Amino acid sequence: MGSVTVYGPPISTAVSRVLACLLEKDVDFKLVNVDMAKGQHKSPDYLKLQPFGQVPAFQDEHATLFESRAICRYICDKYANRGNQSLFGRNGGGPAERAQVEQWLEAESQSFNPPSSALVFQLAFAPRMGLAQDPAAIELNQAKLAKVLDVYERRLGESRFLAGDEFALADLAHLPNAHYICAAGKDDMFASRKNVARWWEEISTRPSWKKVVDMFSAPPA
Amino acid sequence: MLATLSGYRAVSRPQRTLPFPSPSRSPIAWSTGTQEMGSVTVYGPPISPAVSRVLACLLEKDVVFNLVNIDMSKAQHKSPDFLKIQPFGQVPAFQDEHTTLFESRAICRYICDKYADRGNRSLLGRRGGGLVERAHVEQWLEAEGQSFNPPSSTLVFQLAFAPHMGLPQDAAAILLNEGKLAKVLDVYERRLEESRFLAGDVFSLADLSHLPNGRYVRAGGKVELFTSRKNVARWWEEISMRPSWQKVVEMQPAPPSF
Repeated sequence: MGSVTVYGPPISTAVSRVLACLLEKDVDFKLVNVDMAKGQHKSPDYLKLQPFGQVPAFQDEHATLFESRAICRYICDKYANRGNQSLFGRNGGGPAERAQVEQWLEAESQSFNPPSSALVFQLAFAPRMGLAQDPAAIELNQAKLAKVLDVYERRLGESRFLAGDEFALADLAHLPNAHYICAAGKDDMFASRKNVARWWEEISTRPSWKKVVDMFSAPPA
Repeated sequence: MLATLSGYRAVSRPQRTLPFPSPSRSPIAWSTGTQEMGSVTVYGPPISPAVSRVLACLLEKDVVFNLVNIDMSKAQHKSPDFLKIQPFGQVPAFQDEHTTLFESRAICRYICDKYADRGNRSLLGRRGGGLVERAHVEQWLEAEGQSFNPPSSTLVFQLAFAPHMGLPQDAAAILLNEGKLAKVLDVYERRLEESRFLAGDVFSLADLSHLPNGRYVRAGGKVELFTSRKNVARWWEEISMRPSWQKVVEMQPAPPSF
């Protein structure tokens, strides 16, 4: 096993997306904290790893990467024979099955992520950073997210997980933002939709995700 | 009215049997080579940035396709039949004999994987480059999707589409997003000092993905964002002059203000 390192605080949604993937794939890793309150993510050394000054960054013996979803794709391909082997469709499923996962991973990225990220900031991070919440932004993004979840509700009425019958990277990608929204008390958006509620219960109780949540409250390294 | 492209055969194809209403005009296939007429269909107006992203990819890959227009001014994208293939009611949607897909970047990845041996074979990294090279392309494709796309999409709507839809422009939104896009292009400027294209020395899907919004942002009056940055200017010149992109631009009707 090579030397896999993830840089960033585990409470970051994007960092935790990568951690969840590594745990699903049974890949050992080192987590190096980046103290964003001290501006470490904008230090010249860190910018060499991540030129946008964001978290996470990732390294193994072959590559240095950024963007959590790109890192997750690499982990799934690189460690194809470890841990959960159907995160990108089942082995032997071919390009069409992988494409179904890609489609819902892009839906997460383009449709679910923008409004849910705004809510995560408003509900979970603004308070702990001592910033005032913006009720208009909360209302606007809740309405946008509701429309997305309505589409998910219909989809999950015909399919156990988003891309098909197996838990995949497309489902995993939703875990961080949805976790914080539910933890902040807005879980009614998920609970009020029967299929979404079922799906959320199933994906959020996976052992890999529970381990990531435990890391949120671990003392910083 | 779509012009016949020089060097292309425009061929009328019979309407596919789909649970879908007749499009406003019959589908037209573009043939770029000797591939027999396949069953690749893209749904959506070529003026849409996301649709044009897929068209650019198909043309790079030399894959024959049908383009079925979706008249968004008549809300065809919200019709029950269209929602069956694109549940978010957005364009594009894509079909071939194996699958139905949405989300332009997912469609592009599928085209690159499925038609790996056709046309440009290094859009997801060169053959010998392995997983690491693919990962570098994916990284910059995600950067496009997460960092470049949001501010540029807002500018595209404000500068290119709102005027045609009779909607007022929002000066504050334009200013805010111009500032955000400038910061992203500053990162690109440094990256493109050390690399000919974003992911490396070879044009890839990561570069291609920037073409649709880049075109409209520039045409909408913000060309200076690109031209004031030496490496970004060089990069834009090179990627926008590719024959595949030039063909896509020809397919897009020219709005009066461009």
